[in-house]
Amino acid sequence: MFDIVSFFPRAVMQGIPLLYGSTGEILTEKSGNLNLGIPGIMYVGAISGVIGAFLYEQSAAGRPLSAFPAIAIPMLCSLLGSLLMGLLYCFLTVTLRANQNVTGLAMTTFGVGFGNFFGGSLIKLTGSEVPSVALSATSSFFRTSLPFAESAGWFGQMFLSYGFLAYLAILIALFSSHVLNRTRIGLYLRSVGESPATADAAGINVVKYKYFATCIGSMIAGLGGLYYVMDYACGVWSNDAFGDRGWLAIALVIFTIWRPSVSILASILFGGLYILYLYIPTGMDLAVKELYKMLPYVITLIVLIIVSLRKKRENQPPASLGLSYFREER
Amino acid sequence: MGSPCAIKMENITKRFGTVTANDHINLELHEGEILSLLGENGSGKTTLMNMLSGIYFPDEGQIYVHGKPVTIASPKDAFDNGIGMIHQHFKLVDVFTAAQNIVLGLEEQGKFDLKAASARITEICQKYGFDIKPDQKVYDMSVSQKQTVEIVKVLYRGADILILDEPTAVLTPQETDKLFDIMRAMKKDGKSLIIITHKLHEVLDVSDRVAVLRKGEYIGGVLTKDANQQSLTDMMVGRSVTLNIDRPMPVDPQPRLAVKNLTVYDQLGVKRLDNVSFTANSGEILGIAGVAGSGQKELLESIAGLYPIARGEIMFYDPESGQEKNLVGMDPLDIKRAGVGMAFVPEDRLGMGLVGSMGMTGNMMLRSWRNGKGLFVDRKHPEQLANDVWKELEVVTPSTSFPVRRMSGGNVQKVLVGREIAQDPAVLMTAYAVRGLDINTSYTIYNLLTAEKMKGIAVLYVGEDLDVLLELCDRLVVLCGGQVSGVVDARTITKEEVGLLMTQHRKEDA
Repeated sequence: MFDIVSFFPRAVMQGIPLLYGSTGEILTEKSGNLNLGIPGIMYVGAISGVIGAFLYEQSAAGRPLSAFPAIAIPMLCSLLGSLLMGLLYCFLTVTLRANQNVTGLAMTTFGVGFGNFFGGSLIKLTGSEVPSVALSATSSFFRTSLPFAESAGWFGQMFLSYGFLAYLAILIALFSSHVLNRTRIGLYLRSVGESPATADAAGINVVKYKYFATCIGSMIAGLGGLYYVMDYACGVWSNDAFGDRGWLAIALVIFTIWRPSVSILASILFGGLYILYLYIPTGMDLAVKELYKMLPYVITLIVLIIVSLRKKRENQPPASLGLSYFREER
Repeated sequence: MGSPCAIKMENITKRFGTVTANDHINLELHEGEILSLLGENGSGKTTLMNMLSGIYFPDEGQIYVHGKPVTIASPKDAFDNGIGMIHQHFKLVDVFTAAQNIVLGLEEQGKFDLKAASARITEICQKYGFDIKPDQKVYDMSVSQKQTVEIVKVLYRGADILILDEPTAVLTPQETDKLFDIMRAMKKDGKSLIIITHKLHEVLDVSDRVAVLRKGEYIGGVLTKDANQQSLTDMMVGRSVTLNIDRPMPVDPQPRLAVKNLTVYDQLGVKRLDNVSFTANSGEILGIAGVAGSGQKELLESIAGLYPIARGEIMFYDPESGQEKNLVGMDPLDIKRAGVGMAFVPEDRLGMGLVGSMGMTGNMMLRSWRNGKGLFVDRKHPEQLANDVWKELEVVTPSTSFPVRRMSGGNVQKVLVGREIAQDPAVLMTAYAVRGLDINTSYTIYNLLTAEKMKGIAVLYVGEDLDVLLELCDRLVVLCGGQVSGVVDARTITKEEVGLLMTQHRKEDA
């Protein structure tokens, strides 16, 4: 029979990077920036964290690591890496008003290449036999779960067995949702994404909001990459392992119709669909497996169709998504 | 000067590239008065006002508010100086409620409290007699309600100087009257107002003083009580203009387009046209009158092949071969291929008529790209046509490649009408051809249409101004709730009779 107790935690662990990515992208898109660079930014977030952790582990030279720097250094590196990517994207699209789609796609290509380049360099430095870098000491800090998780039976396994970054993802999603819907900043941010000319005429600093939302969104997405390496992959970086999760995160944005709180459950659903093929006996037929892997995208398409058919105004993307704004342009 | 100046603009100059939109303008707004700002399309009225509201920054000059020199570099600076502008194109977020739109951008400290804001909005609404609900979504609102939200928005911020940019362009006469009552109430409350409008009778009706701009220069100001329509027009245009439309009798009218029992439904299944029948003759202007939304748009789009037709026939009588062709079921390309010369000036100029980001030449090509035999499109002829239109219709634009989106409304319309007329059509359909145009440009368009009529073209003219319809057209089809309530001779019928036909069904309903 289907083993829900072992399936669910794996679905969650698959879902958390997507949740980070989609929360970050939702904040970004609410400011009217369609950042297709998110997959690349998640790569950069991951590799930056890996570089930080690698250097720290090297400097410790075999001595046991202390918990705080082992967590803080990779996190700060990851945040810094993705922040720089966010700033670059903003500079190109907001300040120079470059086309957002082209910029985003270029940044994804760049980010993946950046990750693979430095990943490859690190692999060379370690001189290991396998094409990967293992940072198991750092990873063990990231994967520390609540102490009583083991003793809480199936409940513990399903809900308490995750590293702190998983809970942080949910907190960030809930907090983002609150900010967007309940606060003045959220209202202003949404107005920037819906109609920058309106926001501008109302005295809101459009450029500032776009920069902040995009950079914060990028940093959140970068944490998704960090979570993937440090927690999900047990600290093992190998090139291209992150795969197409970044695109799934963007699909998730559409799937949840721009709602971070819905994204919490939806990311678990997507995570589950992503690994469903492992849990359904498909025999040796690889083609069937590939069909199962399509599921998240198929479902996103179906949601898009349903949402378009219903034509409810609140469910549409931010009206000015993908457009750059220039005050004196008519 | 009895009362001090709420606003004084001194030597304001603003250039866009090589075009000087405002050239050393001096303008004064006295406290507690309503000032009309008058000028042709593209004379720089909106640009000047945008410098007060912080959208543009002047290249030269100084602005004083209540006697103090100020720098208005952003909309926020404008608010801080008590200046609020109600833009011609509403600046509202559709998916927000009225209250959310109104509190947008306010620098209030403390907790974000929409409820308290809603209460204050209700208070303002009661004071001036607005009817909007704070929690209504903007996309659910009528045009006049949206405008009300804009006005409440500036009042909520405590503005005492209000600028209204063509507020009446989108309103019905009743709504306009209501707006003017509100403006007078605000004036009584000590606020100073500037209104931009093209409609001279409104200028005379509501304002205390009139300031006139022409081609970016300040021409002068007069007290409204010393002005009349003719004197204002002369000031605006800079020469004496006759406000009469020349209407020659149709020459040899022949049936050109016959609509028979046309019935159409919209996407929601609501009947938009009900059994409509009429004939348009060559060499005459057939006016289509009706209250807004009576089916005018659907009628023209059905004829142009853009609207699904449920029942009925649209017969075209070819002037050369004398053949009859039924246009039902054809799309615009089929119609063109069938050799039917049809020109259409739609209501939504930049949406349906022209491509905003292309220049005049590119837009001319939209009609001719199928011409020519070679592999490449022919740019020469469109370029020539663009140049002809530019010269003959006096379009104000720096070049034929300047994006039409950035031209003023009247110039956009000239480009569109110029292109359509150049097709040498047999049928010319125009929807609200002079909406938003100043009086001089409007008369240019009327004369163009009359010239087309004299060439033997059947002109369909959908209009909203009854006086113009009665002066310009030969016959009128009056639509009411999707039905034809009368086909009448425009030379003999009175305005009152047409008004009655326009509202016939409503009265029966009531």
